[in-house]
Amino acid sequence: MKIKIHIWRQESPKAKGAMESHELDGVTDDMSFLEMLDTLNEQLNDQGKVPIAFDHDCREGVCGSCSMVIDGQAHGPKGETTTCQLYMRSFEDGADIYVEPFRAAAFPVLRDLVVDRSAFDRIIEAGGYISNHSGPKPEPNSIPIEPEVQETALDAASCIGCGACVAACPNGSAMLFTSAKVSHLGLMPQGQTERYDRVEAMVNQMEEEGFGSCRNYAECEAQCPKGISIAFIGRLNSDYLKSQLVKADDPRGKMHAQ
Amino acid sequence: MWEHCGIARSKESLEEGLRKIPKLREEFWQNLRVTGETDHLNQSLEHAGRVADFMDFGELMCQDALVREESCGCHLREEYQTEENEAKRNDEDFAFVSVFEHKGEGVAPELTKEPLEFEAFPLATRNYKS
Repeated sequence: MKIKIHIWRQESPKAKGAMESHELDGVTDDMSFLEMLDTLNEQLNDQGKVPIAFDHDCREGVCGSCSMVIDGQAHGPKGETTTCQLYMRSFEDGADIYVEPFRAAAFPVLRDLVVDRSAFDRIIEAGGYISNHSGPKPEPNSIPIEPEVQETALDAASCIGCGACVAACPNGSAMLFTSAKVSHLGLMPQGQTERYDRVEAMVNQMEEEGFGSCRNYAECEAQCPKGISIAFIGRLNSDYLKSQLVKADDPRGKMHAQ
Repeated sequence: MWEHCGIARSKESLEEGLRKIPKLREEFWQNLRVTGETDHLNQSLEHAGRVADFMDFGELMCQDALVREESCGCHLREEYQTEENEAKRNDEDFAFVSVFEHKGEGVAPELTKEPLEFEAFPLATRNYKS
């Protein structure tokens, strides 16, 4: 099949970008979107032009590197699919395809489709981990956890940190990402001790990075390649509110010896 | 690498690979076009750096496979097979880990053998057939 690609070119973070159009022949149904871009880059190389910069790594939908807005949707038109697992059979022969980087104030464009997503790393650094000894016996790794809680935690943990939620959100909010990270740790017994400190620290970092606020558009859920539910945002808000109202009791118990 | 140091390799294929790699490397360093500029993010340059590493790494893989005159794990030397076409190990001469030290451009790397010693379990051959 033959397609026409309209793609964002931007030399550097401060340069002015623009859309550029290329025709590409010999595209097959079983090419992934990234393989199609590889082919386009080979064509550009042969023409002595600079290839299009884009992030990619595992190409099996787990690393969260590939990040682009295809025809107005983060990761393209197919639901719950990362760009690397989107195949050209999802497009018509002769299609005009528009490709842009993830756009958000907190994700500056580095070049073409490559954006700086280190703001996510700093949110994780603020609290996306369990650092403490998790308390008296029984040892938390041996506590049976109800299947519903396990499954909910696993749903949250399926976030690959790609940033599609931010790109999809009209406000450029990172609430779905942050809520998924807060929830998968906060649902597990190991995560209880730091639960409220964690939510406070991660939300503060998220705001410092310049992400917008959530207004329940739910575009993030619709475009998330892992289908993460905005119910986790409700959980985040609930935990954040609790962390602001009262300092929760230390679940390790009172240590007053007197 | 697929042809000369693939799943099944032989003395002949490895030696052929080792003849080709220096020529490819020479061509790589003499006839390389990296597009883009030095001032901005340049993925072509990043890829070229990786290919440069693959030249040296591929050559070392061929050298290592050539030295190991036995079949073991996923290293199948065509010359060393049992009658049933299973991998034929030679524990007497090759029960060691090969460590290669870089000795400079154009100089053969130096092989150090770290012997494999089995204390808790004796060295044996796994049998998948029964």
